[in-house]
Parts: sequence; structure tokens; C-alpha cells
Amino acid sequence: MVAGTKDERGSKPVTNRSSAVVFFAGDSGDGMQKAGTQFTDTAAIVGNDVATLPDFPAEIRAPAGTVAGVSGFQINFAADDIHTPGDEVNALIAMNPAAFKAHIEDVEVGGIVIVNDSEFTKVNLRKAGYSEGYNPLDDEKFTLRYKIYKVPISRLNTEALADSGLGAKNIAQCKNMFALGLIYWLYDRPIDPTVKYLDDYYGQVKNLPEVSKANIATLKAGYFFGETTEMFPVRYHVSKAAIKPGKYRKVTGNEALAMGLVAAAKLSGKQLVYCSYPITPASNILHNLAAMRHFGVKTFQAEDEIAAVCAAIGAGFAGQIGVTGTSGPGMALKSEAINLAVMTELPLIIVDVQRGGPSTGLPTKTEQADLLQAMFGRNSDSPLVILAPQSPADCFDIALEASRISLKHMVPVIILSDCYLADGAEPWLIPDSCGLKPIEITHRTDPDGFEPYARDENLVRPWPVPGTPGMEHRIGGLEKQHITGDVSYDAENHQLMSVIRRRKVELVAKQIPHLQVHGESSGDLLVIGWGGTYGSILTAVNRAQQAGKSVSSAHLRYLSPMPGNLGDVVRSFKKVLVPELNMGQLRLLLRARFLVDARGLNKIQGKPFLVEEVEEAIDLMLGGVYGEREFLMPRHHQVRLEDQEYDLGGCQQDSAASIPM
Amino acid sequence: MSALSLTAKDFASDQDVRWCPGCGDYAILNQMRKVCAKLEARRENTVFVSGIGCSSRFPYYMDTYGFHSIHGRAPAVATGVKIANPDLDVWMVTGDGDGLSIGGNHLMHVLRRNVNLKILLFNNRIYGLTKGQYSPTSEEGKKTNSSPMGSIDLPLSPVSVALSSEASFVARCIDIDKNLGEVLERAAAHKGSAFVEIYQDCNIFNHKAFEYATDRAVKEEHIIRLEHGKPLIFGKDRDKGIRLHDHKPEVVQLRSGIKEDDLLFHDEHDESLAFLLSRMSHPDFPEPMGVFYSIGDDCYEDLLTKQIQDAEAARGKADLNALFNSGDTYTIEA
Ligand code: SF4
Repeated sequence: MVAGTKDERGSKPVTNRSSAVVFFAGDSGDGMQKAGTQFTDTAAIVGNDVATLPDFPAEIRAPAGTVAGVSGFQINFAADDIHTPGDEVNALIAMNPAAFKAHIEDVEVGGIVIVNDSEFTKVNLRKAGYSEGYNPLDDEKFTLRYKIYKVPISRLNTEALADSGLGAKNIAQCKNMFALGLIYWLYDRPIDPTVKYLDDYYGQVKNLPEVSKANIATLKAGYFFGETTEMFPVRYHVSKAAIKPGKYRKVTGNEALAMGLVAAAKLSGKQLVYCSYPITPASNILHNLAAMRHFGVKTFQAEDEIAAVCAAIGAGFAGQIGVTGTSGPGMALKSEAINLAVMTELPLIIVDVQRGGPSTGLPTKTEQADLLQAMFGRNSDSPLVILAPQSPADCFDIALEASRISLKHMVPVIILSDCYLADGAEPWLIPDSCGLKPIEITHRTDPDGFEPYARDENLVRPWPVPGTPGMEHRIGGLEKQHITGDVSYDAENHQLMSVIRRRKVELVAKQIPHLQVHGESSGDLLVIGWGGTYGSILTAVNRAQQAGKSVSSAHLRYLSPMPGNLGDVVRSFKKVLVPELNMGQLRLLLRARFLVDARGLNKIQGKPFLVEEVEEAIDLMLGGVYGEREFLMPRHHQVRLEDQEYDLGGCQQDSAASIPM
Repeated sequence: MSALSLTAKDFASDQDVRWCPGCGDYAILNQMRKVCAKLEARRENTVFVSGIGCSSRFPYYMDTYGFHSIHGRAPAVATGVKIANPDLDVWMVTGDGDGLSIGGNHLMHVLRRNVNLKILLFNNRIYGLTKGQYSPTSEEGKKTNSSPMGSIDLPLSPVSVALSSEASFVARCIDIDKNLGEVLERAAAHKGSAFVEIYQDCNIFNHKAFEYATDRAVKEEHIIRLEHGKPLIFGKDRDKGIRLHDHKPEVVQLRSGIKEDDLLFHDEHDESLAFLLSRMSHPDFPEPMGVFYSIGDDCYEDLLTKQIQDAEAARGKADLNALFNSGDTYTIEA
């Protein structure tokens, strides 16, 4: 957003903005993630609030130059509080025609598009799927709509590094830094943090001083290009945000989650045993933790998903914190073992970083469609605890909370993170570890009167640890006799144990905070969500409230058990809207549980909600336009009734279906 | 209580043993309890982990810590136990279906990692608990409920599988044979994954599957007892041996011009020999019993612990504040 006043810096006028959204797009080999990450770090360091959305291709090396191989990184940085990576891009950097094609539609009308002109060759245009003889840069459809700047980034980079002593290939790999330098200039950012990073990373860690020098040289060349050329009439400045003072670092959801687990281990005096099988987008939790051996972290890369969860259960049995991390397909494989933990009432934490499905689905795209799997996707009645972080930094708190509940209540806890939270980043106010509450656990050591399935006031059974004399006992997946824990096939006992397992999870609700309502506690509309949609919902509801609409929001971090006041909250509003990145899973639960006429906004595009989409749904709900429709879906960034007709391509006559039924 | 005072009976839990009368599992259970007593095992430090199947009921009958887990996954559960607490003595009990069929993958990996576990695979060549279907070790042509016209699957040799999976200790014995206790003791003493195949009679669904190896009258003709450094001799009268001919084993009659020195000598450290022995099967050959292979190697959980110690030594034992403040930090002034 443009905030007005101009001043002069260097030779060009500077326009102040309250926020800006920049998007780096290029081939997966073009270093866009690195450029984006550097830009984010610098924005954080200069005191902006930031939110990011990296966008990877599913293939490691899709054919170069194709749309399938485009890798992108979106950053929203602001002088005020932001919660999303931004709906519309203010400045796109397109390193090749495929990147242009993939992301030009994301740019606001009148927005800046910097294209790497050198790569808009006949061959590359063809690879991007443009028809012979067509160049979008000559098409008025684009030239009139956007401010397109043609910068021969590849050529300028090569020229800048002519004397670097590097080979052509290595030189080409530096061009992301030229682009970054130019964007630094355009947005009036310092280049020093990136210079320091390049020096540390290439110069020290990788011991490639000449690569470090070349990257720094082209970074500066890009910066000075902006300064010197007459191409850009203005630069933009985004001031520091009014962020709570303190020491910060930028964290992604997966980083925060890893730190939360380590913190839980320290606070409970236990060892963290993290067992996982590589799967996108959960793998870098494993990478993060594997690098933390000096914190006493034990990681185990198992032979498969089942072995990973089983080893975590074994670790729990042996008295440590057993955690397994995965994504939806891996969750499906783990379900039998999760039930073993339900039956044996052992602590276990399962991290599901959700991605688009079903089946292999969209491995690198976000979705929140594993809620019902987490809730019900196991044989028989299988109650357990489910938590969902609402922002990247919240992954830290949720990891701590999951550990606390699991260890103290002897119950498996599923954490439903998602791809957007896992890879997205935001500033994190670094906590002081002394301020974190210890997790106090007692392992029974007194054999006198010990029964493995006797229970305390929360229906929690004891957790005697192998190695403790006199407490030898056997557990397993067969039904247990109440109190003694012996194998039992007794009819009444099975029913009793089923009730106990359920009640035990319900009792966790006593320990969790009530659901907070953002805004008035009653009114026309409640917008309720869970997990990674928090930022979009909050921003949309804030805007609706500012416009005087009677709208409040609430966000569930606890999905099982749900907060005790949830029923009262949903019943206090005339209407309830549930935006979800699935076909309506929380909606189904709310309707079933509270008999409320909850309606949905459901997006299944592998992308987070745009704020605008939620705003539109709010207006449609308030205006009574939903009618009988249980849910609407945004299409092409808009929620419109007429868009709800899908041509489903079947050969029956009614194949053009109105989706919400 | 001094561990010395424990007897086999002290390792019996209060649970009624529920295997079918005459099941080979009883003999193994009794032998296991004796071995625990003899080795002065500490009950509180001993953990039995199993999967699913008749054999996997084993932990309920030992007065130690026990975990009856899910089908095929005992190696993974046991690995987690060992990683979390390397000081525990962990025994894993599995069967031919549990260990080689549904859990085959885990068995392979626990062995190659050399997790310090003792793995007992009760091989009865049948699915007992599910009432008699052919298993991965059932002979070809085996007629069962699920193979009325005879099984068309080629059976696996558990010992060959273990050796191919880089196991550091591989042995075989028979439920009612005198050498079972010795082999269990050897397994207990081994540092690393010790794999023991135990021929076990399923009295109900596959009775006498191993009669050739257990019937007093004939068994010494059908098994060969392995002894490290000794020639491969067998037979009630110890008059037959195994010789290598053209890279293949052959049965030879001793004293007909063939001397002991002409025979193969057992070497527990020789992987190729162990594999060759694992391929000898009834009725063409006597089946080897005892320790096929045993080498010393680092075990998984020790290596993991060492990495942690090394990391702590190199980077200092870290505290939480150091962790939180790692990476690029910045300060927002008031
Ligand atoms: S079915 Fe066979 S293996 Fe199972 S307990 Fe009975 S005799 Fe033993």
C-alpha cells in the first residue's frame, strides 16, 4: 500500500509505502529461494514485519525453462502488523518467460514487472509454451496493464563478472544476486546483511572466496544499475513496523517446530527421539533436528513411515519423548501404530505437515485436508488430541503444548501443520528460556500397589519406565483389563475402556484455554477457522470490522478436544462462516457437534486464501447471498455465485454441476 | 534383592500361558527363563518386544518389562526402546509370518543397523494364530486353507535373509534341542543384533514339520552341529562330513579315504561360508544348527550416543537460549 509522502534519496525520489509484496520467480536452478530468503532476512533486520510464501516445483529438476520448473518466493514486508504473504504482488521479478507466464496474473494492475530480458529468446519462449513468434513483452494486454521493465539481467551479470575468474556456469549462477541487488535498490534496502551472508556462507563455510566475491560484486552491480540507469523513475521505502521491542529472528514453521520440540525435551528433562522417514514438506524438521546433536537430540531416519512411528512409540515406552513427523500419505501409513499408542496410552507426538492430496497429490503445495484423517482415520473409536498451529512462529508454542499434553496425559497428540506454515516465515520474538514453564513429569517408582492401568483424577495411567525395579509390566495392542492392564476380552470391560479413553481426551479440555473471540462476542457473523488460515481470516475480519460490519472471528488451535466454550461461541452469532483449505472438514464437525448452520468457503488450489476471497465470502454471507448453498469456492481469486458452476466433463446431461450441494 | 538369587521361576509372570498344549513355544519359554536366570539378568532391565502371532504372546509370560506391539513392527518398536535407553537388555520375539512377511522390511533394517537387540524368530512354517495358512517359510506345494492346491510360493531361508541383511550374529536352533540354551546365551553375549532362528513345532497346524530334525532316531543324520574351528561332521556315528567340491558343498562319507582335514571347517567369521551353510537344506543336506556367523561391530545406539558426545564436545553442550538465538537475530529498539 502506498502511504504518500516522497523524499529524495540518492538521485531518485523515494515514495513511502506502508507495505509491499515482492515476488521472485525463476527457474528452479536460478536461486530464487535464496534471493527471497535474503530479501526477507534483510527486511526483518531493518525492522519490517514480514510474511513469506515460498513456492517450489514438485520435481527437483523439472525441464529447465518450463512452467513446471518455476520456483517462486513471495514476501510481504510492512510498516504495520501483517499476517499473510499478501494477495497481490507489487513487484514481480521474472527471470525467464516461464516465470513470467506462471506469475504475471498475481501482479496488481499497474504493478512493477522486472523481466530478465536476456532470457526472452525464441527458444525460451517456446519452452514456456508461448506460440511461435509471440512475445508477451510486446503484447499490449501486458504492457498496458503493468509497468514492465526489461533488464538484461543475465547479460549484465556476465559483464559484471567478466574478470571474476569464474567459468560461465558459475557466473550464470550469480544472476539471482544481481536481481536481488536491483530490488534492494528499488525498495531502498541496505545490502550489507546479504554481503555479510555471502561472505560467511561462500567465503567461510564453503571456503569458496572467489564465489563469495563474485556474488557480492554482482549484488552491488545490480544495486548500482538501479541507481545509475534512467529506467526507474522512483524508489519505494517501507518504514520500520511498530513491532514490540526485543530481540527477534526470522523463523519458518518447520524451524519453529523443531525448536519447540527441543525446548519441550529440555523443559521436561527428557531426551527428544525424533523418528521420521523423508517426506515433503516435513523433511526439513528432520534436517533441523539432525543438526542438533549437541542439544542431545536423537534423530532416527527410519526405513519407512511405519517404522518411524513405531520407533517413536518404543522411545515413549522407554521413557523419552518419541516424536514422528510426516505428511498426509505418511499419516495414512502410520494409523495402525497410532492406535497402538492410543491403546497402550503412551505419550507420542505425530507431526503432520499437510500437503495437497489425496494420494501423492501436490507434494509441495499447501492444504488442510487431513483434519478428518487425524480425527477419525484409524480403526475403531480412537480418541486422541489434535492441535494446529496458526502461524509459522506458533509452531514453536504448539510443539511445546503438544509435548506438555502428551507427556502429562499419556496420550498421542497430532500436530496438524501445513506446507504454508512449514516453509513460510515470520519474525519471532525470541523467548527467554527461563520464562518457559517446566513440564513436570513423574514416573512412578513405588511398586507398592502399582497397577499399570490405574488412573489419576485426569484418568491418566502411570508411566513406569523400564529400568525401574519392581514395576515390571506388559502392555500391548490387545484390550486391557481396567486397572490391572491384563489382556481382557470381557464385553463390559471393553465398553468401559472405550468410555475411559474418550473421557480421558475430553478431560484435556479442562487444561486448555477458552476460545477467544476477536471482536464482539455476538453479532451477525462469526468467521471461524483453524490452522494456517489464521492470517487471511484475521486480516479480512479486521477490514470488515473497520468497515463497521458486525463480524467477529475465532481460531481453533485445539481441535480435539475442542475448547469448552466453543458451542457457546458459535451459537452467539446469527451466521457462521468456516473458511478452510479443504472441502469442509471443520464445517462438518461443527454442524454435527453443535447443530449450527455453518457455511463454508472452501479453496482446494494448493494455495492459502487471499484476504480478498475471505472478504468476499464475508459480504456474501452478510448479504444473505449464500442462500441454500452450504459452501462456495473461490475461482480465479474471486468468490462469485456464477462461478460455482463447474463443467465436470462427464458425458451425462447434468455434468455441469453446481458444486455446492 | 540380589540378582544372583533369581531362578527361572522368578522370570515367570503371573499370567496363564495360553499356547496350545504341545506347542513348541513352551520349550522356548522355559529355556529363555533359565537363560535369564543363568545370565543373572535383571528383570527390571530386561524388555521383551514382540509383534503379532502365537510367538508374539511371549512377553506376557516373562516377568520383565514387555511390549506386545503390532504385526511385523517389533523391530521398529524395539529400536525405539534401544535408542531411548541403550542400557536396557532388549529381546525381540517374532515368527515367520510376523518377521519375514508383514515385517520383512523392518527385520532387514534392524539387522543392517546392528541395533543391540536379540531377535528370536520362531519358525513354524505356518500361520498359527490365523488358523493355518501357508507362510513365507512353508515349503512349495504346501496344502493349507489358503492353498488347497498347494502353495506356489518359493520359501525363504530366514538365516540367508539375516546374513544378506548384514546381521552381525546369526544362529539357528530347535525348540526342543539341547543346544537352544547355549545359542541363547551366545546371542545374549553378542554386542549388536543377534538373530536366532528357532525351529518351532506348531502342534496344531503344522505338527512334525521338523520331525526330521527332532526325531531321536534320525535327527543326527539330518542336522549338523556347527562348532567354530571344527570340521563339519555329522551323523549319529559322526561318520559323515561336508566337503567343498567345485565351490559347492557335498556330503561325503568319512573313513573311506576322506580325512577330517578334507572337510570344510567352520569359521564363524566367514560370511561366505555362513551363506553357503544357510543354503544347505533338508533333504539334500543336513541342516546346520548353532552359530553360523558372528563378528564384532559397532552397534547403532552406541554410534548415535557417540555422535551426541562428539557434537557436545565440539560445539559445547548447548542450552536453549543458545538455540533460540542461533541464526540471524536482530533487535527492535524501544
Ligand atoms: S497354533 Fe500352533 S503355534 Fe500357535 S499356539 Fe497353537 S501350536 Fe503353538
